[in-house]
Amino acid sequence: MTSFTGSIQLVYVVAAACFVIGLHLMNSPATARRGNQVSITGMVIAGIATLILMIHDGTVTATGWIVLIAGAAVGSAIGLYTARSVQMTAMPQLVSAFNAVGGGAAALVAIFGYIDAESKAGGVLGTTTVFTVLDVLIGSVTFSGSIIAAGKLQGFISGSPITFPGARLLNVVLGVVAIGTAAYMFTTASLPALLIVVLAALAFGVMMVLPIGGADMPVVISLLNAFTGTAVAMAGFVIANWALIVAGALVGASGGILTKLMADAMNRSLANIILGGFGTGDSAVAVEGLVDAQVRAIAADDAAIQLAYAAKVIIVPGYGLAAAQAQHGVAELASLLESRGIEVSYAIHPVAGRMPGHMNVLLAEANVPYPQLREMEEINPEFGRADVALVIGANDVTNPAARRAGNDISGMPILDVDQAKSIIVIKRSMGTGYAGMENELYFDPKTSMYFADAKKAMSDLASAVKTLVG
Amino acid sequence: MSTALVTDLTIFILALLVGIEVIGKVPATLHTPLMSATNSIHGIVLAGALLIGVSAHNVVGYILAFIAAVFAAANVVGGYVVTGRMLKMFRRKVPVQAPAQAAAAELNGKGRDAS
Repeated sequence: MTSFTGSIQLVYVVAAACFVIGLHLMNSPATARRGNQVSITGMVIAGIATLILMIHDGTVTATGWIVLIAGAAVGSAIGLYTARSVQMTAMPQLVSAFNAVGGGAAALVAIFGYIDAESKAGGVLGTTTVFTVLDVLIGSVTFSGSIIAAGKLQGFISGSPITFPGARLLNVVLGVVAIGTAAYMFTTASLPALLIVVLAALAFGVMMVLPIGGADMPVVISLLNAFTGTAVAMAGFVIANWALIVAGALVGASGGILTKLMADAMNRSLANIILGGFGTGDSAVAVEGLVDAQVRAIAADDAAIQLAYAAKVIIVPGYGLAAAQAQHGVAELASLLESRGIEVSYAIHPVAGRMPGHMNVLLAEANVPYPQLREMEEINPEFGRADVALVIGANDVTNPAARRAGNDISGMPILDVDQAKSIIVIKRSMGTGYAGMENELYFDPKTSMYFADAKKAMSDLASAVKTLVG
Repeated sequence: MSTALVTDLTIFILALLVGIEVIGKVPATLHTPLMSATNSIHGIVLAGALLIGVSAHNVVGYILAFIAAVFAAANVVGGYVVTGRMLKMFRRKVPVQAPAQAAAAELNGKGRDAS
């Protein structure tokens, strides 16, 4: 390492430190924006260091500069446009898309490195390392897997699990081909082998995500995020760049932690989610004793009376709320109740929404102050003191059956909605949730069902409360 | 195993541990912005894409460098902008004209629906 490249590596370390500090500042919503700015500063520093390195190297051709500048300009424009125009409900798709391009770019770094070395005298063998191979494998799987995930979230591809006979066998074959050919690359320099590895890994990514259902998306996105980070770190090993290694490791750690949190919140192992087939309805069993039970249906006026004379209301939002675009309506109803001196908070289950923390962003967008957004462990002891629990578009995460053994959701952590003094559930119909089982909560004598579209229900409730209290 | 490789591996493992420590403290309410922030951080792969460009001297090389640059630039710019946009929405108190703003934001959102 010359003193020049050594100094540049140190500048990259400064950039990496900025990333760490930026992430550290995200431990509170109050400092998070500053964290993002620190992280941007780190990225600018890394960018400048890279440019200096390129100019110093002096081998970049004129065409090379044009290609890079044009590419960066096109990419920046695309990134800027999507980031500005994307709706908050579509955040999971966007994050998936960024995972795809990040993983794809990381794979390209190794692919180019291989092709470049292959064309030179001395050949590729000495420079092909386990990192090159891992970068190509993980990067390609991330690229195609994330595109499928984004397609599912956007609705281009069916959100329900897609399986076909022999799918698992095909997965195994693809995996063996990809890894086997990758091993072969160590012994023989071969561009066709590289191509086979890339194609098999891409196909594997597609096959991995296709059988996964919509409600498992929080886990999948987190996992693909961890993959992207790992791929970027591998790219860092390939080009011996510390900034890429550190950044990749940070993202890998983050994705890994979120994957575990999400899987725990559904009480399912990662293997169980990846192998898929959950929520197809095959294993749906009606909860015994509920067959003859009756639900109590109410109208907006009755619900409004309960809400208007409560002292403490806990709102339980689920993905159905976002699907109905009712988050602004909820926020308005909540501020109306608050203006009457009623204590309002939101109980947010970790897997509410289509990615970790999705529901919080949707409610923040609707101007709900973040101190009102409460995590499951924090809010659960408060349900006993709540006069009304208002469940909107959430289902399985409120089902008390999860506390008993012997059913599909046994052991899943749930919100203790049934502890509230009364419960109002807003739902379009009696349809079952993702797990395909009846929710015992609906048959609780304390529960009233208000059958309506969430968005319409919110405006009807708000006007009913207004009429009631003048 | 070369010294350089040992150094790289050491950095990787330490960064992984730092990441676990730091990210474990991020509250659930910020998990979406966190994911989007880490997304922009892995946009550092842009540095990798640019360094590909250094050795690109033929059509294949230029094409790969171009695609990598597009991908990584979209990743880094888009990631930071959308993270900033999200974090701006997290407020401690309700703004004074909350309902009006909310309605406006909703209309805005609808206007952009087509994109």
